[in-house]
Amino acid sequence: MTPEELSELAVAERQRLDRLAHQINVCTATACHASGSEAIKTRLTAEVRERGISGQCLIRGVGCRGLCTNGPMVSVEPQGVLYQHVTADDAPALLDSLASEPVSHIQAPTDDPFYTRQHRIVLEHAGEIDPEQITEYIAVGGYQALAKALYEMSPADVVDELTTSGLRGRGGAGFPTGLKWRTVAKALSDRKFVICNGDEGDPGAFMDRSVLESDPHRVLEGMAIAAYAVGAHEGFLYVRAEYPLAIKRLTTAIRQARQRNLLGDAILGTPFTFHVEIRLGAGAFVCGEETALIASIEGERGSPRPRPPYPAEVGLWGRPTLINNVETLANIAPIIKNGGAWFAGIGTEKSKGTKVFALTGQVKNTGLIEVPMGISLREIVFDIGGGVPEGRSFKAVQTGGPSGGCIPDELLDSSVDYESLTRLGSIMGSGGMIVMDNTSSMVEVARYFMEFSMTESCGKCIPCRVGTAEMHGILTRFCEKRATERDLALLEQLCDLTRHASLCGLGQSAPNPILSTLRYFKQEYLAALESNQPEEVGAAAEEGRS
Amino acid sequence: MPSVGTKAGTNAIAAPTDDKRWRVVDATMRRHGYRPAALIEALHSVQESFGCLDEPGLQYVAASLGVPLSRVFGVATFYHYFSLKPQGDHTCVVCTGTACYIKESPALLRAIEAEFGIANGETTPDGSLSLLTARCLGTCGLAPAAVLDGDVAGRLQPAELLERLHQLVGAAKEVAAR
Ligand SMILES: Cc1cc2nc3c(=O)[nH]c(=O)nc-3n(C[C@H](O)[C@H](O)[C@H](O)COP(=O)(O)O)c2cc1C
Ligand code: SF4
Ligand code: FES
Ligand code: FES
Repeated sequence: MTPEELSELAVAERQRLDRLAHQINVCTATACHASGSEAIKTRLTAEVRERGISGQCLIRGVGCRGLCTNGPMVSVEPQGVLYQHVTADDAPALLDSLASEPVSHIQAPTDDPFYTRQHRIVLEHAGEIDPEQITEYIAVGGYQALAKALYEMSPADVVDELTTSGLRGRGGAGFPTGLKWRTVAKALSDRKFVICNGDEGDPGAFMDRSVLESDPHRVLEGMAIAAYAVGAHEGFLYVRAEYPLAIKRLTTAIRQARQRNLLGDAILGTPFTFHVEIRLGAGAFVCGEETALIASIEGERGSPRPRPPYPAEVGLWGRPTLINNVETLANIAPIIKNGGAWFAGIGTEKSKGTKVFALTGQVKNTGLIEVPMGISLREIVFDIGGGVPEGRSFKAVQTGGPSGGCIPDELLDSSVDYESLTRLGSIMGSGGMIVMDNTSSMVEVARYFMEFSMTESCGKCIPCRVGTAEMHGILTRFCEKRATERDLALLEQLCDLTRHASLCGLGQSAPNPILSTLRYFKQEYLAALESNQPEEVGAAAEEGRS
Repeated sequence: MPSVGTKAGTNAIAAPTDDKRWRVVDATMRRHGYRPAALIEALHSVQESFGCLDEPGLQYVAASLGVPLSRVFGVATFYHYFSLKPQGDHTCVVCTGTACYIKESPALLRAIEAEFGIANGETTPDGSLSLLTARCLGTCGLAPAAVLDGDVAGRLQPAELLERLHQLVGAAKEVAAR
């Protein structure tokens, strides 16, 4: 395929879709699938065939629209009608209504702040296109950025554009993407690799999964552009084995892209070659860490190694390797298409663009959201999230998962950007955001995350292996209200030690949930001290015995 | 260096049994040129075909890829996804990710333990049900969630979950009795 053929195909596909009177999009992503969306799709397809309107009405399966709690979700385009809590039995009424008013009892508002306050770049196609058809991606302008990079830009131009954009890694650390690409591009080697990190181990987050399920070609296109920019010809997508649907859709996407010569040899009629393979993760959180991930692709146990040397210089099989997160790579195509300056116009001075969050916990609208950097936490929790459910009150919001921290009510007006969140003792992280109400004990929450870090520690270095277990033990004593003053002092020391003496990010950031809860909710720790427990407990037991 | 590897085919040795499922495993290893780096892919393939990684399976993969058995064992036990024990006829995977935890998934685990006498990672003595946990199933919107024999179920209450588990296990017993 040449760039001209790509454009022609896009125009032809768009015309074909424009001729349809209705396009009915049924969400078939994980959450809606679990609520029975396949049955809805089957029923709609059968009804459309029976009514003989297949020619005017397309039924397609699409990715997540974000508001998964209200699923299964169905939308009707171009009319822009949205339905929630749909069942298969609603199918006839839904089709009857096409010519008249929408079915009121399942209609969902589209002017809700949940939708209007978002800014979708990474997720722009999620819920709009069929992720299993490459033609649908091409129709919305897919692979145009790759064509532009290959035909109009040198690899150095691509890196410059990225640098201008100010994009920072979305995998957690926020490292400037342009700088990372430049380092790999400069490394001298006849063989380099690009790796997409889709390990997503944060135990309350599913952003990357949703991107891979809803728009897999977007990530492949980003990888291909990255490979061109840094001079790599081989790539790996490291995806968790627990994500079967994402793996299936990626496999389909890679096959389709190869058939159309958008991956593989002589891409788009140029000498550029890029081959991609999928590698399955096997359920170890630490494998999200880049050096552990590399060891895992090499078929070893996923133990991190000291850096430097960084993978950009010494990576997979000792070769220069670019590792980027799924969401980072999903931002590449729009940046190349619209220019780095466009992207740099969104967000704050140091944090550009948007961020996808998995908003969950005690909040009305749980689901996947994409917001511009610089938005306040309050807007996310109360406007987009709709606040906490009736009868409860907001207590804290947790970002960054096991490496992050809890932010209390009085700091909710802080801006969501890398620096602000770090200053508050949390981190941007990969995008987990969990709202907690007055029923959650912050000490329990800290123990929950410490149990996670303890179980997931790879055991290679002692501060992390022993430190996480010790801290977990102390937190358990707090939860059981039998901790002492000494425990509190020891906990603080252990946090400091583990943070500074651990080899990789897992150990270095494992104390964060404790440090942030100690900072904002210390009274809960103090109240749990043994010396602060009412004596009656013991006295009552004595009485009972006599 | 692992990337060099052996030439395709030279490591092809006979499968432990003439079970057809070994062909799937062979195909995976062949596709990777029997390189030691294919270890994790090969283990995925064995587990998917046979349900778990038993000793003959580990030995076969070790011999085929020219990797010491100790290393194969080390890798297989490092990753949580791999299981060295066979699972029960039915499986229940309770999500213990943050969103589900906040929405009381520990209560689900306690209910199962009280009713069936199995904790995380255990199987009932009659081999009918295994209990497992996972961190975030990606359906946090439906928290607390669990996967029953591959199907995701959301917004679970302990009583409802127990009822569904009895249905699963009970249905199987009826079929067996017939
Ligand atoms: C314990 C640990 C777990 C990590 N897990 C992930 C992960 O699941 N996904 C991810 O993209 N990055 C993860 N990272 C960060 C990666 O090491 C790496 O920085 C990132 O993939 C780089 O991509 P980016 O620059 O595009 O963010 C993890 C880091 C640590 C220390
Ligand atoms: S900090 Fe923890 S996870 Fe990282 S290398 Fe050390 S023991 Fe392993
Ligand atoms: S899975 Fe359907 S809206 Fe999220
Ligand atoms: S935390 Fe349970 S599904 Fe995400």
